[in-house]
Amino acid sequence: MSEIWRALGKAMVLIADFDPDLVEIIGLSLRVSLTAVFIATVIGLPVGAAVALFRFPGRPVLVVLINALMGLPPVVVGLIVYLLLSRAGPFGVFNLLYTPTAMIIAQAILIGPIVAALTRQTVEDLWQEYGEQLTSFGVGPGRAVRTLLWDGRFSLLTGVLAGFGRASAEVGAVMIVGGNIDHLTRVMTTSITLETSKGNLEIALALGIILLIIALGINASAYAIRDVAYRAES
Amino acid sequence: MPTHGQILPLVFDKVSYVAKGARLVDEFSVTLDPGTRTIILGPNGAGKSLILRLSHGLLQPTSGAIRWEGPGDGNRASLHQAMVFQRPMTLRRSVGANLDYVLSLRKVPRELRRAKTAAALKRAGLFAMRSRPARVLSAGEQQKLALGRAWVMEPEVLFLDEPTASLDPAATREVENMINAIHQAGTKIIMTTHDLGQARRLADDIIFMHQGRLIERAEAGEFFEHPRTPQAEAFLNGELLP
Repeated sequence: MSEIWRALGKAMVLIADFDPDLVEIIGLSLRVSLTAVFIATVIGLPVGAAVALFRFPGRPVLVVLINALMGLPPVVVGLIVYLLLSRAGPFGVFNLLYTPTAMIIAQAILIGPIVAALTRQTVEDLWQEYGEQLTSFGVGPGRAVRTLLWDGRFSLLTGVLAGFGRASAEVGAVMIVGGNIDHLTRVMTTSITLETSKGNLEIALALGIILLIIALGINASAYAIRDVAYRAES
Repeated sequence: MPTHGQILPLVFDKVSYVAKGARLVDEFSVTLDPGTRTIILGPNGAGKSLILRLSHGLLQPTSGAIRWEGPGDGNRASLHQAMVFQRPMTLRRSVGANLDYVLSLRKVPRELRRAKTAAALKRAGLFAMRSRPARVLSAGEQQKLALGRAWVMEPEVLFLDEPTASLDPAATREVENMINAIHQAGTKIIMTTHDLGQARRLADDIIFMHQGRLIERAEAGEFFEHPRTPQAEAFLNGELLP
């Protein structure tokens, strides 16, 4: 027990000192996950809205695909991206394996479906309410999508935050495609795995605490957004 | 912005509407001229709302034809119409932004939109609430906002589907006053209600429907004093129609 307390104490010192290794790892984690969230959102919002509003060939396949991909285990996504980016794979020529870019790709694939599925649900619900009046206004398809996305902004933002939560917490995909290379592709979750196995509990704990704080922050913002939205719209 | 005198009269030529095998509107023929407040009256399920939706183009007739026979371009008829629904739909934005939205849809320049929005909010009695989120307004205020939003489009025809059905008497009076003001500004009113008192207060002419069919078409005073059909007489006496 005392060992845990000692490790916790050292972890606090590392955090308080802004240990450069720690800062580098946290910085890369945030960069990778935030970029992945950005890409997932840019693709997921229009795809989700299109699936909600339009009937087109292949739509049922897309719906099943989005729902199935939502629950994909990160290691499987990692494996698939690994195969695609490896030397022998179709995108091997780009030399992306074991780079932050590969990690961003893997995480974007991981959370894109979450953003798309949530967007679809939100937009469908709003269309139930808005559909006739927007048709009456003479709103075209493009404008309808923009209107529904904007009016669903609070729900959508919570979905995006959930995506960021999943991205920053997962370890399997970034481990496989990033390789946990020091100063290059080492992020918080892969460091925790490595340092724990090496017995460096203080660094693992320090990172774990920061990861917890980030998770708490995300959930607090999601709650605050819901609260603001509720007061503004109820 | 649209000018009036473009699309009316509206002609229904033997229009039927069938859904899931049920004939909900049956060989409905009528001509709606500009100027008056036309009230479509009838019991629940008579097809009143369907007539509005067919008129406004939200539904397509199964058979028969609906024509705008005015001198304007019939393909652009939707630009001259607006509709307000029983349950007001307000966008999740401020009261003012709800009006600005429809003006931007009609490609009104930004500088003009501010002035038009402010004027419309004053007419609706909502100017003091212009920056509040529309969704926190009461049901009556939201319906006034929906009416103000329709009005700011300066439609030649305004369709209203039971606009006061879920409102209390005070809010109903305000909404009725606003409907009259919109009418006096030159807009043709076509409205459904199952409230006889409201029909008496607002109607210039009556279309009485039952079971998807046109039963009686008359000038309002005439209809309430001397209904020509037994169904209309029964309805006016508060009896349940078969």
